[in-house]
Amino acid sequence: MADVIVIGAGAVGAACAYYAARAGLDVTVVDRGPVAGGTTGAGEGNVLVSDKEPGPELDLALLSNRLWRELAEVADFEYEPKGGLVVAETPEVLARLEELAGKQGVEHTRVTDLRDYEPHLAPGLAGGVHYPQDAQVQPMLAAARLLKAARERYGSLRLRTGVTVTGVLTSSGRVTGVRTTEGDILGGAVVNAAGTWGGEIARMAGVELPILPRRGFILVTEPLREPLVRHKVYTAAYVTNVASDSAGLETSAVVEGTPAGTVLIGASRERVGFDRTVSLPVLRRLAAQAVALFPALRDVRAIRAYCGFRPYCPDHLPVIGEDPRLPGLHHACGHEGAGIGLAPATGHLLAQVLSGERPDLDLTPFDPGRFS
Amino acid sequence: MSAYDLAVVGGGPAGVAGALTAAQAGLRVALLDAAPRLGGQYFRRLPETFHATREAALHHGLDRFLRQSRALRSLADVLLEHRVWAVERHGGLGDFVVHAVAGDREERPVTVRASALLIATGAHDRPLPFPGWDLPGVLTAGGAQALLKGNLVVAGRRVVVAGTGPFPLPVAAGLARAGARVVEVLEANGPLGLARHPALAASKLGEAAGYALALARHRVPYRARQAVVAAHGDGELTHVTVGRLDRDWRVVATRTVECDTLAVGYGFVPQVELAVQAGCAMGHDLDGSPVVSVDAAQRTSVAGVYAAGEPTGVGGAELAEVEGRIAGHAAAADLRSAVHLAAEPPGTAVHRPAEPPGTPAHWAAGPAGLAVPEPLLRRRARLRAFAQALHRAYPVRPGWRDWLTPATLVCRCEEVPYEAVREAMDLGATDARSVKLLARPGMGWCQGRMCGYAVACLAGELPQAPRRPIAQPITLGSLERMTDDPS
Amino acid sequence: MNDLAGARPEQPFDILVDGRAVPVLPGQTIGAALHAAGIRAWRTTRFGGRPRGLFCGIGVCFDCLVSVNGAPEQRACLLQARPGDEVRT
Ligand SMILES: Cc1cc2nc3c(=O)[nH]c(=O)nc-3n(C[C@H](O)[C@H](O)[C@H](O)COP(=O)(O)OP(=O)(O)OC[C@H]3O[C@@H](n4cnc5c(N)ncnc54)[C@H](O)[C@@H]3O)c2cc1C
Ligand SMILES: Cc1cc2nc3c(=O)[nH]c(=O)nc-3n(C[C@H](O)[C@H](O)[C@H](O)COP(=O)(O)OP(=O)(O)OC[C@H]3O[C@@H](n4cnc5c(N)ncnc54)[C@H](O)[C@@H]3O)c2cc1C
Ligand code: FES
Repeated sequence: MADVIVIGAGAVGAACAYYAARAGLDVTVVDRGPVAGGTTGAGEGNVLVSDKEPGPELDLALLSNRLWRELAEVADFEYEPKGGLVVAETPEVLARLEELAGKQGVEHTRVTDLRDYEPHLAPGLAGGVHYPQDAQVQPMLAAARLLKAARERYGSLRLRTGVTVTGVLTSSGRVTGVRTTEGDILGGAVVNAAGTWGGEIARMAGVELPILPRRGFILVTEPLREPLVRHKVYTAAYVTNVASDSAGLETSAVVEGTPAGTVLIGASRERVGFDRTVSLPVLRRLAAQAVALFPALRDVRAIRAYCGFRPYCPDHLPVIGEDPRLPGLHHACGHEGAGIGLAPATGHLLAQVLSGERPDLDLTPFDPGRFS
Repeated sequence: MSAYDLAVVGGGPAGVAGALTAAQAGLRVALLDAAPRLGGQYFRRLPETFHATREAALHHGLDRFLRQSRALRSLADVLLEHRVWAVERHGGLGDFVVHAVAGDREERPVTVRASALLIATGAHDRPLPFPGWDLPGVLTAGGAQALLKGNLVVAGRRVVVAGTGPFPLPVAAGLARAGARVVEVLEANGPLGLARHPALAASKLGEAAGYALALARHRVPYRARQAVVAAHGDGELTHVTVGRLDRDWRVVATRTVECDTLAVGYGFVPQVELAVQAGCAMGHDLDGSPVVSVDAAQRTSVAGVYAAGEPTGVGGAELAEVEGRIAGHAAAADLRSAVHLAAEPPGTAVHRPAEPPGTPAHWAAGPAGLAVPEPLLRRRARLRAFAQALHRAYPVRPGWRDWLTPATLVCRCEEVPYEAVREAMDLGATDARSVKLLARPGMGWCQGRMCGYAVACLAGELPQAPRRPIAQPITLGSLERMTDDPS
Repeated sequence: MNDLAGARPEQPFDILVDGRAVPVLPGQTIGAALHAAGIRAWRTTRFGGRPRGLFCGIGVCFDCLVSVNGAPEQRACLLQARPGDEVRT
């Protein structure tokens, strides 16, 4: 019998498992697919503080930012502290960006000559704000290597891929394990780290979590010989889109280079269920916005596009903590477009809860009971 | 309303036959092909500037194909140097948009709208990795053939031809006739796998005998149960290690052969990404390749989308042509009955064959089945049986994995060695997709076209139908300027 | 070999490949001309610096990339050579 059963081997589940194992707990991770085969396999891997409004999510992001830096010493997942650059088209937008940065209280620099930071940016932009703490990881490797590191260092971790959870076992009002396609697995606590499918797991346990898929497309270019984009660069509109509740299509330019030489172009957001049909109008908009920001991209070829489904919660906050409605059931899901970035803090705080410690951050804003 | 009744992607034997048949039946047809000349792989033509008087020596049946191409040009719009990167189903039935980039240097986005779509995109070579397979001088068998047929360039002076199946034979014969010294031809499977098969069509035997004769005339030895298991050279190929194989292709003995060129091929991979984009149901062929499922009239599971030639299963040029003709007949009949039904008084529901998700048998006997001449159906049955017999006689055996060393590149583009693939599986990857996410094979320029088969085998699964929303590279500038309006 | 197909190619012209003249029969692709001239390795890979030339010959593998008249990453096996072409590897 395990102390903790983690459902989901994405970035969040891996981080939960890592910190729980580090805390001396005996952990079993189950995933119906491979490691990192869910939304983590579609994520860009940005670890951002720049796009968070002041409040609980920013606190979580700052903690996570520090933890990612620590974890990079533990395992190799292409951690790159490359910094983020938010650009403004007009002086008014720039003023608002600066105001936000001031309220965030995180390290930042006001940039007037954007070309010092990004020589290929289009002329005519008003300026921007540079956030040195923004970083990038390779999210799939991060999930996989964290699980491996936990196994090797703490020895109390079992990974079971290809195992689908079909039910949550309870006894006298407490969770006792999960039912799976490979038989029952018993455990003292269950962590729902099923990302966009976290609502399904909750329902199996008889509780509601309003997690919905919010689709996003990414365009990938051919590998470039010379890096064209150095930072994570995005327009101010991104911040508004992230925070929007609209189900309709929203796009904003998010452009960045990768160690492999490709340029990743996002970001689109729309709530259309789990529909994987490629939308060419979305791809066209992403291309147009990226070219407007970096005109040199006009002659660069796109070779790939893919989509993923962000785990969206109506209040844009993740669900982290024990479910007040069902003792023993813990949630770590619903991180929408920031689940990679927020994974370590989520795992760290949840491990504190699981081992009966007081979490470093107040978890009330993320409380699973807040929707009922 | 759509500008065309039928858009055909691919100008090989399947596409040309399909387009011509449909055009002759009165449909407005557009055919798009990436190449500068019609022909596809089999009928890859020399440029006109070569003024070849005996080009037919390079291809069986060229005259017939040329007649078809000429007829097609007078009846349909042939759009060459058009690389189709996406097909889109608009709204409901019978409204497809084909997105291409045109021009070989200055690319420009082009859009073609049609009521029906025929996917005849052929196949590409299926290589297997082995140490040194990325050394210059190692070519795919098809690549060597394309150099010869399309450019009159002989791939090398001292050439080894290796692989499995019937294709290495014409490649070797062509090279020998063109003046290369073909040192040997290596067949990884057993000898005579095929000769015993009853489905062996007499005509095919004749063709094979012709190659055998050509090889004998040039004293080219043909060795079964042998394969090139490593290629060597300092920057360019200078010699290969030839392995004698057991039944499973594990190496039992080796020797060294000097050569400057290796042409190697282990079958073909059907190019099916456009069918996947259109949402067509897919299946697997006997050789493990993902293929488009079609019914007796070459209809896919998506109403209005047809497939012919290699995308429905590798079977060669003759089968491709027959399938193309059947698809052309079916498209014409289906569109006619759709127009007919639509012309009925309001209130009459227009019924189309439903889109069943399952096997082709479900939707086999639609009305157009009857519109296809019986002899064509019989020929297709015979040629398919032959193709299946070839797949059975020349499978890829699992022992090739033993040819790999930890440092052997599995993915050429991203330079992913075998050990990285194994590490990914150790980390919890359980299929080709997750191996790709963790170790990057298939993420590069070719998008897994070269390594996809091998990676799937190494991950312990059949290759999955490739999801490639961008089937051909397209500049962001063209993507930005793409429209839905036909040009 | 022209005998094989009864070909009478037109007058060859030269293209410049990294400054060196390479003869082309009109209609040939850049990749075919390079290969015929005995230049079989031109590109080097991004990570390992491995030499590459033609592999698939039909535009699928992208091994044969060259820059032509300043346009980067062109598939040499597809691009028909034109007089005056300057190819960089
Ligand atoms: C296009 C795009 C770009 C993004 N970019 C970024 C970015 O730059 N930075 C960032 O921080 N975030 C980004 N995100 C968001 C991020 O990818 C997600 O928030 C994050 O991956 C969620 O991780 P997870 O571990 O919670 O979920 P997942 O990775 O989805 O993991 C959940 C796992 O649960 C498993 N599972 C589900 N149901 C069951 C069951 N019944 N039984 C067993 N297993 C089950 C699934 O198989 C899956 O592996 C992006 C998302 C998208 C779509
Ligand atoms: C390199 C190579 C050489 C071959 N040589 C021979 C040979 O010599 N003898 C032999 O018997 N068999 C040969 N084959 C086998 C060949 O598959 C069949 O003989 C035959 O050509 C199949 O006919 P098809 O019409 O199905 O496809 P093909 O002849 O392959 O025609 C498909 C056409 O579709 C076009 N196309 C594909 N995708 C797109 C796109 N996205 N946009 C626009 N156009 C597109 C291609 O340019 C091509 O012209 C070869 C195969 C390959 C890969
Ligand atoms: S040789 Fe493969 S793309 Fe040119």
